[in-house]
Amino acid sequence: MTAISPNSAPPGVTTSLHQGASQTSKQVKDKLFHYGLVGAATLVLIILGAIIVMLFKGGLPALETFGLGFFFSTEWNPVTEEYGAGVMLYGTLITSVIAMILAFPASLGIALFLTEVAPQSLRRPIGTAVQLLAAVPSIIYGMWGFFIVVPLMSGWVQPFLTTIFGPIPLIGELFSGAPAGTGILTAGLILALMIMPFITAMFVEIFVSVPPVLKEAAYGVGATTSEVFRAVTVPYGRTAIVGAVMLGLGRALGETMAVTFVIGNANRIKSTLYAPGASIASTIANEFPEAGPGSMKLHALLELGLALFIISFLVLALARFLVRPRMGD
Amino acid sequence: MNIELTEMSESLRQRRAEAGAFGARGEAETKLLIENLEFFYGENRALHGIDMKVPENRVTAMIGPSGCGKSTLLRVLNRMYDLYPGQRATGSVRLDGEDILSPNLPAARLRNRVGMVFQKPTPFPMSIRDNIAFGIKLNETISKGEMDERIEWSLSKAAIWDEVKDRLHSPANGLSGGQQQRLCIARTIAVKPEVVLLDEPTSALDPISTARIEELIDELKSEFTIVIVTHNMQQAARCSDMTAFFLLGNLVEFNETNKIFTAPQDSRTQDYITGRFG
Repeated sequence: MTAISPNSAPPGVTTSLHQGASQTSKQVKDKLFHYGLVGAATLVLIILGAIIVMLFKGGLPALETFGLGFFFSTEWNPVTEEYGAGVMLYGTLITSVIAMILAFPASLGIALFLTEVAPQSLRRPIGTAVQLLAAVPSIIYGMWGFFIVVPLMSGWVQPFLTTIFGPIPLIGELFSGAPAGTGILTAGLILALMIMPFITAMFVEIFVSVPPVLKEAAYGVGATTSEVFRAVTVPYGRTAIVGAVMLGLGRALGETMAVTFVIGNANRIKSTLYAPGASIASTIANEFPEAGPGSMKLHALLELGLALFIISFLVLALARFLVRPRMGD
Repeated sequence: MNIELTEMSESLRQRRAEAGAFGARGEAETKLLIENLEFFYGENRALHGIDMKVPENRVTAMIGPSGCGKSTLLRVLNRMYDLYPGQRATGSVRLDGEDILSPNLPAARLRNRVGMVFQKPTPFPMSIRDNIAFGIKLNETISKGEMDERIEWSLSKAAIWDEVKDRLHSPANGLSGGQQQRLCIARTIAVKPEVVLLDEPTSALDPISTARIEELIDELKSEFTIVIVTHNMQQAARCSDMTAFFLLGNLVEFNETNKIFTAPQDSRTQDYITGRFG
């Protein structure tokens, strides 16, 4: 670069005094900008802290009264003021596990189809449909589940499952009993349908980000599409896949409306998945309007909320732990 | 560093001279017979009526400016273009007389016979050992002992065995760029292909790694037929027996490497190798 002589300075560049003044005002603006950003970030911490404090303070009387037994007791009796979270914890965890078992392979398959197999003309419509499904409000899934899925479950799916799995010891237990339609299994299915588009959309992003040349290299040693997928695409995106699954699980754990519609809302644990149950979120939604201010029921509900908060936090922590960067990776 | 490099290319030149003397004795068999090959990206024609005979157990270099079609041709030879809709080839390419463009030949089986090494190292996200074993397992069922032997054989062939033998179970991503590229070469030859395609294999590597790979290419040609695409004309001159010059999708000139670089028949070849364009 050649040096610019003083007379070639462009118009608009003025004396050093002016420059100094504008420098100061620029610095002030930058400071304000800086504090603005810090304030916005601090807000997040304040809100998080406020939520924890509210749940903890509200739930404390219940915790003092029932102790840690609260988390194992299956009692929920407003008459005798005996409250326990066992049924809701079981319902929340088991429906989420069912949802993951159903949604994970399906999402993997849809994402593989969309990224590797589908002809170009099909990718866009199916991809858009997946995104639209992810945007459907959960209450709509709940109504659809109640009016369409529940009758299907009681009329067809549950009798069919009973014929298939019924004779098998232990597993048969899970699929026994009256095919009522509503219940744990149906709630898990609805949850699976809700989180599937969400997980699929993330899987598609992950698979698209695998470098084409890496896939070509695997094809280059004679691998077929499924072999490339198993040996290269999935391992390459392994950590991101775990993250996506955990985010999906987080959604399933806290999902309220759709589950409330189809879970049956009964306060008991039974060995069969056909039995009605309750999840933490559905219980809070159902019972909150009937819990008077300062009542033990309200404290118990708040402690339930705290339990859900802690479970979600643990899932997030587990996700972080599983996707942590490893040596040599 | 420089001394080492000079010594390496010196020994390379010597061996090239010997090989050249040997090679001159007998005409090589044709491994790949390319006739009237045309290639299309959608409506765009990228190759115009290519006719070419790639000789067996020789190194054939393809040179030319960017976009001349040399990489496209390479990707026809193992039908890598099959993966992308809208790309198609017409004409014929015969590997030992068998038409490889025919849909009757599964692409995976062809690629088992025609291996490829890419511009950038492409280690799979697994251990060094599994990288090599991956391709072998796809095509053959062999015992663990045979597998260990094959892995050592291919890594030794690719001149990387001594560097990795104590860490076969650590992730391949932990290797340096040059090591990764030699691992990829080992992985390619581990399935015992007949033809090895190299797509600018050293363009992402430092000079020392480049020299090692060039040396390796020279050693591999006794067992494999090698086709290399390169932007580096010195590289083509150093390590190939035959050189093909491409321009705008046409094969301008194809001849023995020393003839291309000392007495090109076509003025466009002359212009390119003397650096007047490209």
